Amino acid sequence: MAIEVRVPTVLRQHTGGEKTVTGEGATLRELVADLERSHPGLGKALVDDSGSLHRFVNVYVNDEDVRFLGGVETPLEDGDTVSILPAVAGG
Amino acid sequence: MTRAEIAGRLDASRALYDELVAYARSDFPYEVCGLLAIRDGHLERFYPVRNAERSMTAYRMDPESMGPPYLAIDQDDELDLGVFHSHPHTEAFPSATDVAEAAYNPHAVFLICSLQDPDNPVIRVFDIRDGRITERVFYVDGEEAPTGSR
Repeated sequence: MAIEVRVPTVLRQHTGGEKTVTGEGATLRELVADLERSHPGLGKALVDDSGSLHRFVNVYVNDEDVRFLGGVETPLEDGDTVSILPAVAGG
Repeated sequence: MTRAEIAGRLDASRALYDELVAYARSDFPYEVCGLLAIRDGHLERFYPVRNAERSMTAYRMDPESMGPPYLAIDQDDELDLGVFHSHPHTEAFPSATDVAEAAYNPHAVFLICSLQDPDNPVIRVFDIRDGRITERVFYVDGEEAPTGSR
């Protein structure tokens, strides 16, 4: 099973500069754990100690925001594309 | 007006500048936001993004509408990222919240449009790295854009 993961500029320090990496997982939670194993720091940048998505990242599965799908429990299939983007906010 | 150390420049066409001001006015008194594609120090294209907070003092880019343009700019090695938002009632200078949130996009160029003086909108351009603000001189059709008196 291979999931393509698009990594934003701000997190490429965890992937040796690569903008795309591959990972595995039946859910986003499993994929994040897999990414942390192969690219230490990348998984931690997505999910906090309680296992929830950090508020300052947006994660999309096939261009849909996972907050509308199932959060970290969003199921994944072979061939899915997961995109990670930082949140953008201010005041 | 609050000043910052000047470092660098950004160029834009009058048309794009006017587009940004018009967009800032379009949801007054609420803050608006959007993304900019920058090529070789020139603003190339503006992508309005919905402000999910719909607040007069805060913005948070709606993840769904933010996704495609952010991804397109981020994946293109020839483009730099610009983040635009308006300050309907305060000066065109990064707020404490702007500085804190910039930590998640340290590579972005931040453009802020003030409508504090509604007849004299001001857009200023900043880099915010490690909590430190520097300002770029903003040239519109080759002339320095007004920075206002307040």
